[in-house]
Amino acid sequence: MSKMQSVSLTVNGEAVTATVSVRKHLVDFLREDLGLTGSHVGCEHGVCGACTLEVNGAMVRGCLMLAVQADGATVTTVEGLADSGRSDAIRAAFAERNALQCGYCTPGMLASALEYVEAGGTADRDAIRAHLSGNYCRCTGYQSIVEAISDVISGEVDA
Amino acid sequence: MTGPLTIFDKPNSYIGKTVPRPDARRLAEGRGRFVDDKQLPRMVHAAFLRSPYAHAKITKLDASDAATSAGVVAVFTGADLVPHVEPYVGVLTHLAGLRSPPQHPIAVDRVRWQGEPVAMVVATSRAAAEDAAEKIIVDYEELPALTDPEAALAPDAPRLHAEFDSNLAWERTVDVGDVDAAFQLDGVTTVEREFRFGRHTGVTLEARTALAEYDPAEDRLTFHYSGQAPHMMQFIFAKHLGLPEENVRIVAEDVGGSFGIKIHTYGDEVATAAAAKLLKRPVKFVADRNESFVSDIHARDHIIRARMAVTGEGMIAALEFDDITGIGPYSMYPRTSAIEANQVLNLTGAPYEIENYRARARVVFQNKNMMCQYRAVGHPIAMAVCDGLLEDAAAAIGMDPVEMRRRNLMGDDSYPRASAAGMKLDDLSHHKAIVKLTELMGYDALRDDQAKLRDAGVYRGIGFCSMVEVTNPSPMFYGVGGAPIASQDGATVRLDAGGGLQIASSVTEQGQGTNTILAQIAAGVFGVDIDRVRVKTGDTEATPYGGGTWASRGAGIGGEAMLQAAVALKDQVLEVAAAILQSSPDKLDIRDGHVTDLDGAERMSLMDLARTVYYRGNELPPDLKPELIATRHYRVTEFPFVFTNGAMAAHVEVDTETGIVRVLDFWAVEDCGRVLNPLLVDEQIRGGVVQGIGGALFEECLYSEDGQMLNASMADYLVPMAAEMPDIHVAHIETPTKTSVLGAKGAGEAGTGGAPAAVMNAVNDALRPLGASIWQMPMTPERVLKALGVV
Repeated sequence: MSKMQSVSLTVNGEAVTATVSVRKHLVDFLREDLGLTGSHVGCEHGVCGACTLEVNGAMVRGCLMLAVQADGATVTTVEGLADSGRSDAIRAAFAERNALQCGYCTPGMLASALEYVEAGGTADRDAIRAHLSGNYCRCTGYQSIVEAISDVISGEVDA
Repeated sequence: MTGPLTIFDKPNSYIGKTVPRPDARRLAEGRGRFVDDKQLPRMVHAAFLRSPYAHAKITKLDASDAATSAGVVAVFTGADLVPHVEPYVGVLTHLAGLRSPPQHPIAVDRVRWQGEPVAMVVATSRAAAEDAAEKIIVDYEELPALTDPEAALAPDAPRLHAEFDSNLAWERTVDVGDVDAAFQLDGVTTVEREFRFGRHTGVTLEARTALAEYDPAEDRLTFHYSGQAPHMMQFIFAKHLGLPEENVRIVAEDVGGSFGIKIHTYGDEVATAAAAKLLKRPVKFVADRNESFVSDIHARDHIIRARMAVTGEGMIAALEFDDITGIGPYSMYPRTSAIEANQVLNLTGAPYEIENYRARARVVFQNKNMMCQYRAVGHPIAMAVCDGLLEDAAAAIGMDPVEMRRRNLMGDDSYPRASAAGMKLDDLSHHKAIVKLTELMGYDALRDDQAKLRDAGVYRGIGFCSMVEVTNPSPMFYGVGGAPIASQDGATVRLDAGGGLQIASSVTEQGQGTNTILAQIAAGVFGVDIDRVRVKTGDTEATPYGGGTWASRGAGIGGEAMLQAAVALKDQVLEVAAAILQSSPDKLDIRDGHVTDLDGAERMSLMDLARTVYYRGNELPPDLKPELIATRHYRVTEFPFVFTNGAMAAHVEVDTETGIVRVLDFWAVEDCGRVLNPLLVDEQIRGGVVQGIGGALFEECLYSEDGQMLNASMADYLVPMAAEMPDIHVAHIETPTKTSVLGAKGAGEAGTGGAPAAVMNAVNDALRPLGASIWQMPMTPERVLKALGVV
């Protein structure tokens, strides 16, 4: 049985205190202990990007961080991005462009897209593609995702 | 406007319109309902110990330490499940001679591929189950691994299954016309190549996931399923776990990609269901990524020697090939692992006028993970062989590859007809497609640029593929051979008291947009706003019976059933309305949620009508007994398959120093019959093309000689990512199929089927001035450099 440790953190604006196994990944903690199933697990070795979420203002891989490392941190998941309205424009653009099919990569893809948009990224398609190069999507072929992000940057979205 | 409005032009007709998916908004909020998102009371978790060897005898298996490990609820070995699970055999009677031995969900005595389940641990958490699995002691006596299918066919090769006289699972030949004579004709030019298609796999981002719950009081199994064919799985769990079929419920909500991967019978999933039944509590199993690579079915793995003879005028005189394909140690249940080879024989050369055609396929057992149907089954192989040879021959006789196609493609006015392999074809448009394609891509200008850049030492190539795609299959695909796979699908449309529609269908959604297409059809045909339609799919308890979504059949078959059901409900509603309004049904219509006169004047709302029927039946004539619900089923009857066609082109640049191929542009012209939703179909085609590019350039399940998969992680197995992919330009030709009112054919596999041939032809076009060519996929930098003689 692995060791347990207490953690306190802020998740989507709510204070959370929990006792977690020290070997538990942050994304598993969010999904299993907090019921925040919007974050997905794809590869568990930091390659596919499905578990991308925000910790202390930076987009990170939820499968490469332990829950205990998030002690004291501020965490925002896809649910939080939606509830706060922060992802309104990018979500509207994703729906409009059909930038998702099965939707499994989408929470991570949205997080990476938002990171790009909020950092002042340009609508240059190659730059958008380069930024998304750590997020795997098997369904769309990526083009609609590039277009959705480009639409948001160009202000062509009604959120 | 003259004449009555049709379902395609009346108000609320969403057919042919770009309609965003309601599902998309939900999924983007993180409100998906994937199997692993579910947690049930008393749920426990399964982990599997898998064979580290490709071929070995199990001489000892001691799970005593594991059984007492913290959190462990149970440990099951293969032998433990033998009394509880009837073994399965992946054969079909219409594939005459196909053989495969009975297979158990967990290996009994002998393992035959690296990754085969050896024991299952069920514990209170996945981590505890994995901890315990490590404590299981297994002694193996390693046996020689047969990995090379050609070596496995040698007369003196060790046999993988003692009960069979060789490692040959199935063989089929086709011999049409006089092939030998055609190759001997005066003036023909013959090109001959050996093609190799590596193994690749689906890499669904959501791994296979199973959650089974069993209620002993009612002897009832509910299986939360990430897959495509709920009713097929209902049959399989019922038969192999000994349950009445109606007591098995399969629920598929959101599915995180499938592409044919999640439509087969996997031992770990059967064992999960068996464990739930034996333990009488919910058991969840989620494959981790390593397990996905060594246990999700692989696809392709073909070695093909092929030749084509062409006349001086560029006419194909004959086509001949020999295909050897390795399928792993068993034929996958229940669809079998012979279908891909069968498709290769059926489809190769199908776009062209070919009178002399001979082919043989041999399907071979080997000690690798099992091979089975994955998106575009057989298509990329069939198209690459024929179109690869065609462009090779065109170069040999100095003819432009587009002109060569113009001379050989079946005439757009020549249907109905059959292909050389005997496939019945109708409503195809190869010539229109290639013309539109060359216009779309600006072919002549591209050729000019290519020539100029070659002078500058830049090697770009343009390659084409003219293709057919198998869609909307009839019972002749599986059902005829005894498979528990429905070819018909059902749809139910119900008018509720609020005036909205509840619809249900037996086709399923894995992201294609099936649910949206169904809503578009129901709303448009019946006459309500699409926001008033609720869709139910993926539940054997709540939908009509049917096959599910595979072989590009969801829109074409499921959509037609929905159309018919909506028409039937409309007829019922108009009969009721006529009685209430003292009119007649042929003078009424339904538009925007209202019963109207034919000129559109509103007479009563659907809510009023439904509430009258449901609440105030006393206001209706006594002999009127309205249903307000209709179910219809549909299957294709006149054809084994409804073929589609397309034309695709790739523009690539080959770096002759590094061997890296970059796809600069890609164009696809597709004729999927009536386009129901351009937004969705274009995305289907683009995603398919990218999967095809993956198979052509990046993806391969690499094995060592002793059968170890060498790159079973996403860090090592390369998939297409955003930065490497080009923009893909899509255009349509619409030749509706005459087999249905809707006129829709499938489109989901076209890109994956056609892109590899186009990319291979483009690479060879780029390499041609250097005297090099490549016929092996994926076309990795190393292989390109070998083809160039650099390494």
